Amino acid sequence: MNFAFSDDQESLREQVRRFFADRCSSAVVRKVFEGDDAFDRSLYKEMAGLGLLGATVPEKFGGSGMGPLELCVIAEEAGRVLAPVPLLPSIYLASEILMKAGTDAQKHAWLPRLASGEIIATFAHAEQPGPVTKSTISSVVNGAKLNGTKSPVPHGTTADIAIISANEGDNVALWVADLHHSSVTREELATIDPTMPQARLDFADTPVEPLSGTCWATIEQALDHAAVLLAFEQIGGADKALERARDYALERMAFGRQIGSFQAIKHMLADMYVAATLARSNSYYGAWALSTNTEELPVAASTARVSATEAFLLCAKNNIQVHGGMGFTWEAENHLYYRRANALALALGSQSNWEDRMIGKLCEAAAASEAA
Amino acid sequence: MDFNDTAEEAQFRKKVRDWIDANAPKELEGELSRAAFGTSGITSQDPLAASKSWQRKKADAGYACPRWPKEYGGAGFSPIESVIWSQEEGPYAALSAQFTVGHGMCGPTMIEWASEEQKGRHLPPLSSGEEIWCQLFSEPAAGSDLAGIRTRAQKDGDDWIVNGQKIWTSAAHLASYGLLLTRTDPDVPKHKGLTMFFLDMRSPGVEVRPIKQANGRSGFNEVYFTDVRIPDAQRLGAPGAGWQVALTTLMNERLSLGSAISVGFPALLDYCKRLKLDGKPATDNPMVRARLAKFAVRDSGLKYTAFRAITALSKGKAPGPENSIGKLVAGLTMQELAMFALDLQGQAGVVGDEADGFFQTLLMRAPAIRIEGGTDEILRNIIGERVLGLPQDLRADQGMAFRDIPTRGHD
Repeated sequence: MNFAFSDDQESLREQVRRFFADRCSSAVVRKVFEGDDAFDRSLYKEMAGLGLLGATVPEKFGGSGMGPLELCVIAEEAGRVLAPVPLLPSIYLASEILMKAGTDAQKHAWLPRLASGEIIATFAHAEQPGPVTKSTISSVVNGAKLNGTKSPVPHGTTADIAIISANEGDNVALWVADLHHSSVTREELATIDPTMPQARLDFADTPVEPLSGTCWATIEQALDHAAVLLAFEQIGGADKALERARDYALERMAFGRQIGSFQAIKHMLADMYVAATLARSNSYYGAWALSTNTEELPVAASTARVSATEAFLLCAKNNIQVHGGMGFTWEAENHLYYRRANALALALGSQSNWEDRMIGKLCEAAAASEAA
Repeated sequence: MDFNDTAEEAQFRKKVRDWIDANAPKELEGELSRAAFGTSGITSQDPLAASKSWQRKKADAGYACPRWPKEYGGAGFSPIESVIWSQEEGPYAALSAQFTVGHGMCGPTMIEWASEEQKGRHLPPLSSGEEIWCQLFSEPAAGSDLAGIRTRAQKDGDDWIVNGQKIWTSAAHLASYGLLLTRTDPDVPKHKGLTMFFLDMRSPGVEVRPIKQANGRSGFNEVYFTDVRIPDAQRLGAPGAGWQVALTTLMNERLSLGSAISVGFPALLDYCKRLKLDGKPATDNPMVRARLAKFAVRDSGLKYTAFRAITALSKGKAPGPENSIGKLVAGLTMQELAMFALDLQGQAGVVGDEADGFFQTLLMRAPAIRIEGGTDEILRNIIGERVLGLPQDLRADQGMAFRDIPTRGHD
């Protein structure tokens, strides 16, 4: 049994943690949160310089040629500090999709520039409220021209290129488009977490290029893949929110005692620890599935996703509760964790969709093993 | 990252698997696998005889008590070997229920505190299942606050004379010996006036009465002591040092490393697939799926948390604090899961559960899971204080002589 990260992966974690401690203080997060920039470009460039953006990209495409487990470690550390950079759309989604389903020319064209942080990409998929299914995709490609509307699109205002889901005939497939083209209209949307900006994109005869042999299953696989990586951001955030609450419970006095000595507070924190621990173990399961390319990935990814969402939401909301009135001020950072927890919970489709998907896949797996 | 054994682990696994395959009572496998929590499930033969026979076989082959040293009748396994053993023993481990306290708690306490002569006399028959032991700690007025026990032991020549009452004693009705925590000095603070003994349960003045539990079963006992004489030679640790000895026992109680507690999720999923709601399998219903998902992530989280602990053991390291969540999560989950299974049947849930009573049995046993071996609240305190480093709650009896501690809420 070797259900843990390796020594090399742990030393990568230390390196990344030190880097973020040095370069991604809460002031950096707040600058993006309150400012006009969609993300911290210099932080993002420095991450590229350390090889973090192209962690899983092969060296021949300008990456560092590491594996998905290394990217999980990076994601967790980024999640702890709420790093205000477009890892989800550009790395976990677009880069990974291009590596799986891009043509050779597309990989050569885009992967080196994504890994170097020169450009960022997004994944434009949802079109309306509610679960995204084949029938909710009404964007259409005809003769390599895309028409339709995508909303919300993460980092849609600043992304240079997008991977887009759209119908061609009966098939929902994936396409890549240059978002700087004049046929694309972008509108920034107000969001609960401005460190993960969102936009509405309108496409009017936008030139697109197809990826190679994609279909609905490609999209599901890409979402599973991103769900595991996002789960690591979530457990990083959950742990940090728990630590913040614990530290405050030790420091804050009431009725002549540290508030952490009250069982009402202590038990709340214990429940946060329980949720964070279950989520971490489930996320390791997801990481294992990613790294072994197993057929279990849909079950593992949805398990990691559901558990990590639950944990970060619980830790973020209870962290504010432990802080009392101070926790609800603009100045305190607790609402940044609360915002991020809720934004991540919705980022790849809601908790109820993932729960539904997990049970569906578990039933399929059980039926398959009975048949066998 | 992988779930594979090392070469040595694989070799060890094959050896014990082959032995279990050749020696286990296969005729009982079906009954053992279907047993609901808190029952052995065996009705085809005398369950105690079946347990003793399996234990004897293991002892003869050197496979009894995995973690004990060989010289005392144990298997002398390393931590990771004992995990592999328990994985391979599988359903047959349920046969060891009556030995759990003796092997897991009393034995390790004796190993640490008894004389060599006493260990030589008592440990081998405990290991082989010939003699069963029980742990006489909890009292009607001292459960979570265990150091508040009142059973008195008073010195009389070379003996001690014991009077008082214990409760929630598993296997006392079967036990030859027991580990007994007593109060020997009520004039000092509660933790300082305790002394530990082991005693022959057949001593005059010991009376064991089964407790009829809320679920109608009787798995526990009350034990009464009336002028019971215990030789001073059977004292473990110094007079007044009983709390340190008890901590050895309690540390072992919570040391069930690497074994995820099964919460019954596979049974629930299977049940939901077969149960029809509106003519369709319950698993097609979105509300059912959402609830199932909550149970599934806890079930899987416990399993993979155990895998993390096993990984640490495999590398020769101590598992991290994540191990402390197991019983807290499992107890709550089992109770909610049983309630949900019945809820799915509407009014019919009150009379049957379409799963041979599995969920009804679990429902009625579940409240105890959340109390025994540390209540949910004590477990949350442990996580809060030992894992997260939070301060203890204020204690109104701090530093007070035991006899001055208030004992009634109303006068």
